[in-house]
Amino acid sequence: MELIFAVTVGVMVTCSVFLMLRGHTFAVVIGLTLMSYAVNLFLFASGGLALHEPAILADGAEYSDPLPQALVLTAIVIGFAMTAFALILAIRARADLGNDQVDGRALPGDSLANKEPQGKIRQSSVSSTAKNTGGKSR
Amino acid sequence: MHLPALPVLLPFFAAILILYPWFNKRLHLQRLVAQFGLLMLVAVSMLTLFKTLADGPMGYAMGDWEAPFGIYLLADPLAAFMLVVTSVLALCTHLFACGGEDKTGRFFHPLFMFQLMGLNGAFLTADAFNLFVFFEILLIASYSLLIHGGGRERTRAAQHYVLYNLIGSAFFLIALALLYRAFGTLNIPDMASRAPTLPEESVPLAQAGGLLLMVVFGVKAALLPLHFWLPRTYSTTSVPVAALFAVMTKVGVYSLWRIHSVVFGHDSGELSDLGVVPLAWLSGLTVLAGAIGALASQTLRWLIANLIVISVGTLLMTVAMGTTQSVAAGLYYTLHSTLMSGAFFLVAGLILMQRGQAEDRFVRSRPFLYPVFTGVLFAVTAMAMIGLPPFSGFLGKVFILQAAVDSGDAIWVWPLVLISGLAALIALSRAGTTLFWRTQGSVVPEAKEKVSNVHLVASGLLVATTLVLVIGGGPLTEWSLRAAQDLHAGVTLNYLNGGQP
Repeated sequence: MELIFAVTVGVMVTCSVFLMLRGHTFAVVIGLTLMSYAVNLFLFASGGLALHEPAILADGAEYSDPLPQALVLTAIVIGFAMTAFALILAIRARADLGNDQVDGRALPGDSLANKEPQGKIRQSSVSSTAKNTGGKSR
Repeated sequence: MHLPALPVLLPFFAAILILYPWFNKRLHLQRLVAQFGLLMLVAVSMLTLFKTLADGPMGYAMGDWEAPFGIYLLADPLAAFMLVVTSVLALCTHLFACGGEDKTGRFFHPLFMFQLMGLNGAFLTADAFNLFVFFEILLIASYSLLIHGGGRERTRAAQHYVLYNLIGSAFFLIALALLYRAFGTLNIPDMASRAPTLPEESVPLAQAGGLLLMVVFGVKAALLPLHFWLPRTYSTTSVPVAALFAVMTKVGVYSLWRIHSVVFGHDSGELSDLGVVPLAWLSGLTVLAGAIGALASQTLRWLIANLIVISVGTLLMTVAMGTTQSVAAGLYYTLHSTLMSGAFFLVAGLILMQRGQAEDRFVRSRPFLYPVFTGVLFAVTAMAMIGLPPFSGFLGKVFILQAAVDSGDAIWVWPLVLISGLAALIALSRAGTTLFWRTQGSVVPEAKEKVSNVHLVASGLLVATTLVLVIGGGPLTEWSLRAAQDLHAGVTLNYLNGGQP
């Protein structure tokens, strides 16, 4: 039981680390999701693993620790919201920067990038930001 | 009685109120409600500080669930100090934002208040998992504030910041799972009381959890190999947000105080002084990296971001020293560096609004509209940041140097603090001469519309806090010593439940 659990968590973390080291934001976001699954499982195991025991208090029986379950529930909710935000941000970055690379520079031959050449990224300025968001601010 | 919960609830309700659709088209009302809430917050924080100094730490059981089952808020002088400095900083930066920056995107005011709710909660909580939750609240608010106003460079910085912090959050959860397995509790005072007598088989788990937690707080505080997100993030975001973020790195340092110097402190048995040696090395290297970055900076905001890295490194050195004096010195330095970094960003905002196309780059440009006012503010803040007398940075650095002598760490702390001061002096004099004296042509015409009186008042107020820190230096240092003593003495579960310490 412990072995299967540990191997499962380990494999998921390995895959997520591999994905997070990719250049495309989409792969990174998928990696983060996988990582949060693995972390949730790990957190779940911190109360100890028990087979065939009641989930809540019962007379005379060994019972599983309820606190990690509450912690996992909170972590799932927060992880969900954060992943959603990361996804939206990735879409926004794709629109703003013209490609799907994490550092905003398209590699040669990147099929996901815009075809026309991108201008050089400058330090953002107050005047240009005001211009950029003129349509969105109201 | 409900005082410790108020600093969390006040911004929360203010934010909810502003989110109502009726406020949507009425920006001036949003500003008014937010300003009123912030003023109340300053008052409540001050009250909490004086009450904790007079009566000792206050525990607050949320929903009246007793420890160890319930979640506790703990207002001790250290937390109260952080509340005061955060609320004062927030008041001034928000006032600055009311000068027009809040119009460049929607939901600035609610996000600002949620950010404060997260910060205050992180300062007040006495439960490690609750700390995680408040971290996430302040992070998700900061993600949105960061891209407030939009723009390509901002989106790029936000993407790095968000992805990086999400990985940090995953590490936080792993650390908490390990610590829960080892301690059987996540209540920080309870963990501290169990640490000295931890069973042998749990010690490696607790060590792994503690060190992982140090990495997580290192990410927030910008410790050396984890600090590369900071300069770009701080220098690309809008000015008032950057000024508010001056307190964000301090949350990491504060959490190290709160957890590592109590649970993994000097007399925690096998867990004593966990990770102090690597922390000392890395904090020293952080100071050096910040100094090199400051000397190499091409814009004023990038320079300030690097000065923040220096101040964080200096603070982490006080954490590594780990004595009561060093924590007290670190606390005073936190007050100073938070307020002054924030003030410096506001001054940078004034400067870049007056220079038109040149913004805050160190190039020849047109003269300022308000050269004397801006110049005086720049000079005062720069001197405070470098640590020249008579301003608060000088006092803060002297306390740190004294604490280093007392704890026997002078040999590595003194050179680092003094060298970083010299680097800041060189970088800032170069910046000042270029910005103010290498001018030609006439004043930028649109500067008059951009710089409003609100901007001048807000930045002036925040810069003036350095004088308060100097004039009130006597009582403030005494109180910070009290706060450090209270932190190291700790509280017991019994005390939290209303019993004797």
